[in-house]
Amino acid sequence: MVVFEKPKALADVSMHYCPGCTHGIVHRLVAEVLDELGIEGKTVGVAPVGCSVMAYNYFNCDMVEAAHGRAPAVATGLKRAMPDRVIFTYQGDGDLASIGTAETVHAAARNENITIIFINNAIYGMTGGQMAPTSLPGQVTQTSPYGRDTSHCGFPVKVCEMLSQLDGPEYLERVAVNNVKNVKNAKKAIKKAFENQLAGKGFSLVEVVSSCPTNWGMTPKKALEWIDEKMIPYYPLGVYKDRTAAKEQGGE
Amino acid sequence: MSTRQILIAGFGGQGILFAGKFLAYKGLMEDKQVSWLPSYGPEMRGGTASCSVIISDEPVGSPIVSTPDLLVAMNLPSLDKYESSVVPGGTIIVDSTLIERKVARDDVNVVYIPATGLASENGMPTLANMIIVGKILKLYDEFNMEGVNAALGKVISARHQDMLQFNLKAMELGADA
Amino acid sequence: MTDKVLMKGNEALAEAAIMAGCRHYFGYPITPQTEVAAYMAKRMPKIGGTFLQAESEIAAINMVYGVASAGFRVMTSSSSPGIALKSEGLSYLAGADLPALVINVQRGGPGLGGIQPSQSDYFQATKAGGHGDFRMIVLAPASVQEMADLTVKGFDLADKYRMTSMILADGTMGQMMEPVSLNYGEPTKYDKSWAVTGTECARPHNIVNSLFLQPDELEKFNFIRYERYKQIEENETMYEEYMMEDAEICVVAFGISARVAKNAIVQARAEGIKVGMIRPITLWPFPKAPMLKASEKVHTFISVEMSMGQMIEDIELAIRCRRPVKLCNRVGGMIPSPDQVYASIVETAKEGGAQ
Repeated sequence: MVVFEKPKALADVSMHYCPGCTHGIVHRLVAEVLDELGIEGKTVGVAPVGCSVMAYNYFNCDMVEAAHGRAPAVATGLKRAMPDRVIFTYQGDGDLASIGTAETVHAAARNENITIIFINNAIYGMTGGQMAPTSLPGQVTQTSPYGRDTSHCGFPVKVCEMLSQLDGPEYLERVAVNNVKNVKNAKKAIKKAFENQLAGKGFSLVEVVSSCPTNWGMTPKKALEWIDEKMIPYYPLGVYKDRTAAKEQGGE
Repeated sequence: MSTRQILIAGFGGQGILFAGKFLAYKGLMEDKQVSWLPSYGPEMRGGTASCSVIISDEPVGSPIVSTPDLLVAMNLPSLDKYESSVVPGGTIIVDSTLIERKVARDDVNVVYIPATGLASENGMPTLANMIIVGKILKLYDEFNMEGVNAALGKVISARHQDMLQFNLKAMELGADA
Repeated sequence: MTDKVLMKGNEALAEAAIMAGCRHYFGYPITPQTEVAAYMAKRMPKIGGTFLQAESEIAAINMVYGVASAGFRVMTSSSSPGIALKSEGLSYLAGADLPALVINVQRGGPGLGGIQPSQSDYFQATKAGGHGDFRMIVLAPASVQEMADLTVKGFDLADKYRMTSMILADGTMGQMMEPVSLNYGEPTKYDKSWAVTGTECARPHNIVNSLFLQPDELEKFNFIRYERYKQIEENETMYEEYMMEDAEICVVAFGISARVAKNAIVQARAEGIKVGMIRPITLWPFPKAPMLKASEKVHTFISVEMSMGQMIEDIELAIRCRRPVKLCNRVGGMIPSPDQVYASIVETAKEGGAQ
């Protein structure tokens, strides 16, 4: 009896991620959802530029590699051309919340019927640990060696809070993957974000608070604890927008 | 006729482009080679507008009319700007309601027509352009109704068919003025 | 009476794109190509297509990238500063071997420049569309009819060679009206088994990608791409020769400049000056062979262009600097007059190539 196996939507290759990196967990959650909804064959994923740039090798569905930050625009093109296909992007914080801010905001404003998995680990991983738009105040990185000085380089971008001000998006939720309970919640949110697309509800974004032990300079275990200690207080978990739920409760 | 180079100029809103389009379409209906080129940009919003129309038996080379055979000046700045560019022996039509001065050159034919005044008096204030078009057709003896009707059918959209008669009347007024 | 209709260049181009099977258009407002977007905004919803005004030129070209990945015909249009913003996307399209049609209705530059016609994006279109080694097929219409015909051709070439075709027009081509007849057969179908349309769990996944971290692999793809470019140079070069049979002076001009030059050539011929013209219709691939051939008989070339002398470099390369090439130009939104070109021809005839 098989008690545990790799999701079918996840390719049988070894990933390049660092030990302790949570990308692997989130990849798995996305793949499990594709399996459970039986949509692998009609899904096209869009990979970003960043640590997850090679995600196109890790999912068995058709994949497109986008220019830095442009994944929501590429996904818009894909979805408009193929409304019956399931289109998702998988993006990091530099990609989605810095160089691709405009694409993110406007895809949300249009309520583009796509699913976005947003990995927030508060750092640029691929390029070796520079300050991200989501790096915390005081956080030491390669390009904020004395700690992020908000009087000099401003404050972190809280993506869910920001997008929740728009009338457009259907569903925005922030989750984390630093313990079993949070991982289970993350999976629920990701599944919902895909179900929304299948139901034609529109733009659904799940922000996953993640860790980067290598560039944070921590052990994997310490990094997971740091999520609880530092990240989640700044980036509170929860649903920031759910239009359908709001309607059902008569709130809209 | 081998090639006729027409430059129509005035304020934005006087129907400069429409008049040019009509003439170009009429040429097309008569199996001529034609081109129509507007000035574009901020000029479209109330400043000076102009359009180049070429009607020819030969393929049209440059669509830009820099030395017109026929200049239509519907305001003073246009006359000031283009008077000197008309070829010797060419023609200048002046809307004398809006332009008080006379053409200074004596090597061109000049036609003064109070088009804007005529248009208001006859209850068609927006059709001074077509009054002048009537004059052009008369001058060049090209007032064949077949071409006129065919061209009007092309330039007046289906939902403005009621304007057809007004346009015809304006052209007749111009031809007789 | 004729079956032709008068259409603006921008509109003829847009309608031709639809007839070529393009059902997806993404753009951002910029003068002087707005009619293309306006036309698409009206037509696309009625034929089940997509018109979407993107939040930026960059988003627009990436939406194009998305549709192209799915294997559908797709286009965007803009004008010079907007094309500069799209150059990232143009490079990615090339790197991922995706077909697309991009329209540049050029205006004067650099910077915000002006809105009047220009040809000063010649380098950008033919040499530096973006980072990395790549080419675009660059088509230069000189009439409203060609605005339409080259659009259809552009889609076919893009699909055939899996790359971007660019229509390099200018404000006059976009704004002018001329008689056109739009008669095209059913769009040709090309193999697009590479497209990301969903695996249906029945084939290995397709990946649209321009990242190759292994240098030998990346080199290989560049080599393969340039083999394709070589075929294009051999098979797809287009040009028009005008009065070249006995010409001693050869004018080279494209687009509106070629129209102006024709007037000047007719005038000079009437004076007994043996002058002709080679009009490149493809700027890349550049019609090198006919120019090299012409250089055997012609004593001087004149490059008529609305730039500070960009195409002139390609002429010199094509004829291997065997003959002098003179520049006759206006820039900044100014268009050379037939008189200016005529004067240049007369002066050249007097010099008789003695330089």
